Amino acid sequence: MYAQMVKSEGMKSLDEMSPEERAFQERIDRGEKIEPRDWMPEGYRKTLIRQIGQHAHSEIVGQLPEGNWITRAPTLERKAILLAKVQDEAGHGLYLYCAAETLGVSRDELLEKLHSGKMKYSSIFNYPTLTWADMGAVGWLVDGAAIMNQVPLQRTSYGPYSRAMIRICKEESFHQRQGYHIMMKLARGTEAQKRMAQDALNRFWYPSLMMFGPSDKDSVHSAQSMAWKIKMNTNDELRQKFVDQTVPQAEYLGLTVPDEGLRWNDEKGGYDFTEPDWSEFFEVIKGNGPCNKERLGARVQAWEGGAWVRDGLMAHAKKHAAAKLAAE
Amino acid sequence: MSREWPLWEVFIRGQHGLNHRHVGSLHAPDAEMAIKHARDVYTRRNEGVSIWVVPSAAISASRPSEKGPLFEPAESKIYRHPTFYDIPDDIGHM
Repeated sequence: MYAQMVKSEGMKSLDEMSPEERAFQERIDRGEKIEPRDWMPEGYRKTLIRQIGQHAHSEIVGQLPEGNWITRAPTLERKAILLAKVQDEAGHGLYLYCAAETLGVSRDELLEKLHSGKMKYSSIFNYPTLTWADMGAVGWLVDGAAIMNQVPLQRTSYGPYSRAMIRICKEESFHQRQGYHIMMKLARGTEAQKRMAQDALNRFWYPSLMMFGPSDKDSVHSAQSMAWKIKMNTNDELRQKFVDQTVPQAEYLGLTVPDEGLRWNDEKGGYDFTEPDWSEFFEVIKGNGPCNKERLGARVQAWEGGAWVRDGLMAHAKKHAAAKLAAE
Repeated sequence: MSREWPLWEVFIRGQHGLNHRHVGSLHAPDAEMAIKHARDVYTRRNEGVSIWVVPSAAISASRPSEKGPLFEPAESKIYRHPTFYDIPDDIGHM
């Protein structure tokens, strides 16, 4: 998802736990929220910093593929909508960074780790957005997949993360709907526009399925994170749910999901579908996707290029504070 | 040395007549910029009619370990609630 393959620390049974760890786990089992100043195991803290940090980075890097189309949106209305959406992503990144910071990591530290490649962001943002239809596909599929993961995370055990997710979910629904709206317009347009919509679906289908992370049988960190309620569903559960929800939406558009193995399975009450190419996923995660260098490069450049603004405003604030003090 | 902007806690009055409520935090060089940032980060959909910002460092908080001594005494004082008193229906609304 926006946080993929987050490494989680150790997994103990209640008997193996220290009294503090046990009391902590029992609080979570009772459905209590953990707040920043409460005692928590180091593993919980570290795993959450990784997960929330990666989630925040994804929101921030996620602005880039869409930012690509702001100046070329087909109408002024679409441009205003896209700007609002990209601004929301910035806001979501900020909510999440603040939630991560309550765990004792600084903003600069998080950004340094992103820029040096020590922390990841979602694999999906390493794919290019080649046509306007990609703005439709990103909103519909990518935000759709994100919502699927974020809605249950509103109930996560860590208070600041849960509150950030509640704010984000309130705002995210518009993102998916505006994307589907773009697809509807194109799918009902000229033959060329319809082809463009189909091409976007073809390119974004499997990368969207990858967003949920590797299959549960290969996902080593799930159990502990689920016990801590910082992961609410398994990767495969969410992927299945996403496919079941999305296929009828594609049919409505008159578009074809690019999977010859896609079949309704009456017995399980869901679709059978082809898994994405996981070797491609691991390559993208390692930094070898089509746009990894460009995306990270743009972030580093923005950070370094903005340093004089940050320093200038800080110097101004200090000068003003000193002048105010002198006047008192 | 960290050149990070200080952290501010943001409080928003959602509607006239309501209290300001904590909504989150953000980094800003000074109070003026903190209010501007708070407007962009926390009120993009008409969520507020007024903003307070407070340097996070200026907030003093109770310790989680003090929860017992601070809040438990109130638990036994049920006579502070109106429902503690049985009043006959006959006397009308009270």
